[in-house]
Amino acid sequence: MSYTLDQKQLDRIEDILKTELIDNGVRCVFLIDMAGNIITNLDNGEKQHDIYSLAALAAGNFGAVSAMAKIIGENEFSLLFHKGKKENIHFNKISSEFLLITIFGNDISLGFLRMKVGESVEQLKGLLEPLGGDHI
Amino acid sequence: MAFVNLKNKLIQVKIVYYGPGRSGKTTNLEYIYRKFHQRIKSEMVTVKTHGDRTLFFDFLPFDIGVINGYQIKIQLYTVPGQVKYDATRRLVLRGADGIVFVADAMAVRRKMNIQSLQNLQENLASYKKNLRTTPWVLQYNKMDLRDNGIPMLPIEMLEQDLNQEFRRPYFPASALFGTNVAATLKKIILLTIASIRKELL
Repeated sequence: MSYTLDQKQLDRIEDILKTELIDNGVRCVFLIDMAGNIITNLDNGEKQHDIYSLAALAAGNFGAVSAMAKIIGENEFSLLFHKGKKENIHFNKISSEFLLITIFGNDISLGFLRMKVGESVEQLKGLLEPLGGDHI
Repeated sequence: MAFVNLKNKLIQVKIVYYGPGRSGKTTNLEYIYRKFHQRIKSEMVTVKTHGDRTLFFDFLPFDIGVINGYQIKIQLYTVPGQVKYDATRRLVLRGADGIVFVADAMAVRRKMNIQSLQNLQENLASYKKNLRTTPWVLQYNKMDLRDNGIPMLPIEMLEQDLNQEFRRPYFPASALFGTNVAATLKKIILLTIASIRKELL
């Protein structure tokens, strides 16, 4: 099933992501669907990534980890996070259809990031709800 | 599950190459990547095993230009064909807007083709989709092997095994040499975009 977002909805989403995440030091944030489509992406202008490949891999990675959780009897893993030397990547499920991915450096603590991501997700849920998916 | 971005006038479309192991799904994408390299801004992503078999998927995004004022971004994926990778195959199929079923036209692969199509139907059903409503085409690959004296399945037999019920467009092809690779791609893009347009209007 295809879906559409208009300028007003996308502006609101970008506003939330900028205020809550980019303005708080996150390098790059993506809102994607579970098929790997990019709904929106924002960065702080420092680095350009191959965003379409990242989104495809992130959706696949998240799907694979969710499937692993179910095999061992968990509904899902609450924290999905990869740590690098300079860059880290964090995944947060918004609903059964949408995923928020943040890339951030070591200048932000994981706890702070998770709090800001959590606040963003709460705001995004209302905007994405009309598009379907089981919200958590 | 195509996403239409009204702000940037961009439509993202997901097309999945499905079929049994070693039927030539990755070879299709590799040919497209070589042939249309100027249009493809990013690298082809592959998640492979040490033995060079697809473990998770291959991914190739490219722009086909503007249709009715909307930039169309096509995202090509392949699934891993080996039977044991069914869980990852199902993940890659999620949100597919169009499907190319790549069958192996070698005579010894007849049963594998039929099983793979059955598997596709089962996996589509897990997303409440089916082959009657999803845009898809068939490609009968490895036609070049006919010249090497290798026993091949006649087109009529492939049609009877795989397409009798559906009557979808099919393409005898050689992914290795590029025969009908672009034609297959063009057809699935046209069918998929027509379907998305119908759904959204």
